[in-house]
Amino acid sequence: MSDVDKTSPSAPQTTALPTDAKKQRDRRNLSIALGLGVFIILVFAVTILRIGGAGTQ
Amino acid sequence: MSEAAANTDPSALAGPQDYFALLKPRVMSLVIFTAFVGMVAAPGTLHPMLAAVALLSIAVGAGASGALNMWWDADIDAIMTRTANRPIPAGRVPRAEAAAFGGFLSVLSVALLALASNYLAAGLLAFTIFFYVVIYSMWLKRLTPQNIVIGGAAGALPPVVGWAAVSGAAPLEAWVLFAIIFLWTPPHFWALALYKRGDYERAGIPMMPVVKGERSTRRQIFAYALILAAAGTAPYLIGMASAFYLVVAAAMGAVFITLSWKVLRADDQDHGPAKKLFGFSILYLFALFATILIEQLVGLYV
Repeated sequence: MSDVDKTSPSAPQTTALPTDAKKQRDRRNLSIALGLGVFIILVFAVTILRIGGAGTQ
Repeated sequence: MSEAAANTDPSALAGPQDYFALLKPRVMSLVIFTAFVGMVAAPGTLHPMLAAVALLSIAVGAGASGALNMWWDADIDAIMTRTANRPIPAGRVPRAEAAAFGGFLSVLSVALLALASNYLAAGLLAFTIFFYVVIYSMWLKRLTPQNIVIGGAAGALPPVVGWAAVSGAAPLEAWVLFAIIFLWTPPHFWALALYKRGDYERAGIPMMPVVKGERSTRRQIFAYALILAAAGTAPYLIGMASAFYLVVAAAMGAVFITLSWKVLRADDQDHGPAKKLFGFSILYLFALFATILIEQLVGLYV
């Protein structure tokens, strides 16, 4: 591989995160996943209740 | 900003607690409480699960507007000691991420409230977020000493949203609850601004003590205390609360006026009375709304 290829802007550049930062990112990703999961369950439950006739009386 | 925060991608250091802090949990707790009182006081019933989801939606909507406020005000938050450790100025959450977080939660909360209750409640929640972020944070906060007077409408709307979520309407009774919080906001925040004046001055925020001076602010606090104490009795006068509420509102209003009088009479360097008034103002609002809640829950007044 030539030197030109190594400095090409399209070459992928990756940086390893420090362990602490990776743990933090993993925790955040898990929180986002849980939040989305809860939202999906809420929308489903509310939809079922509304279809069943529950609502303002 | 810490060295660690400056040398690494801030998003990599942010934990869930930082995103929770963006939601301004203490403000959110007041919103949940006042909205809940609005829901309980409103005529009609809502399925408990739908009511819980509606309350959650209102709480998330309030949190979303808090995140958007922190996104917009990150520059002045960094200057003020009271706010310098917030996630964005402390370098734990990038500004753009806070904006995306707040925007996403805004849409989500309004949509969920529309689904769980009705379009009126959802529209009022959307208007509350818009008013707090655009009218107050972006426009009024850095423009006029009347910023929190007008901007206070955003903080006063949650009981109306809660009322609308249950009944599908926003009648006079709901707006009386709105008026109490609306009139409570200026003396509450001006008491804080009296002893945090330096912070606001450094950040260039035209709070009343910074622009008009402490003497004028103290006079206005007292004037608002008189109006608030009278407005606090309105739920009894329009027939939505009992004589028990009237006694509580009158007693708490008298203490509010007394503490405001002490603020008015205090020397410019004496901030003790302002700190006492700030603390009591929170208790005042809690007592009035808790009394309405208790009356409704125990069936003392229906």
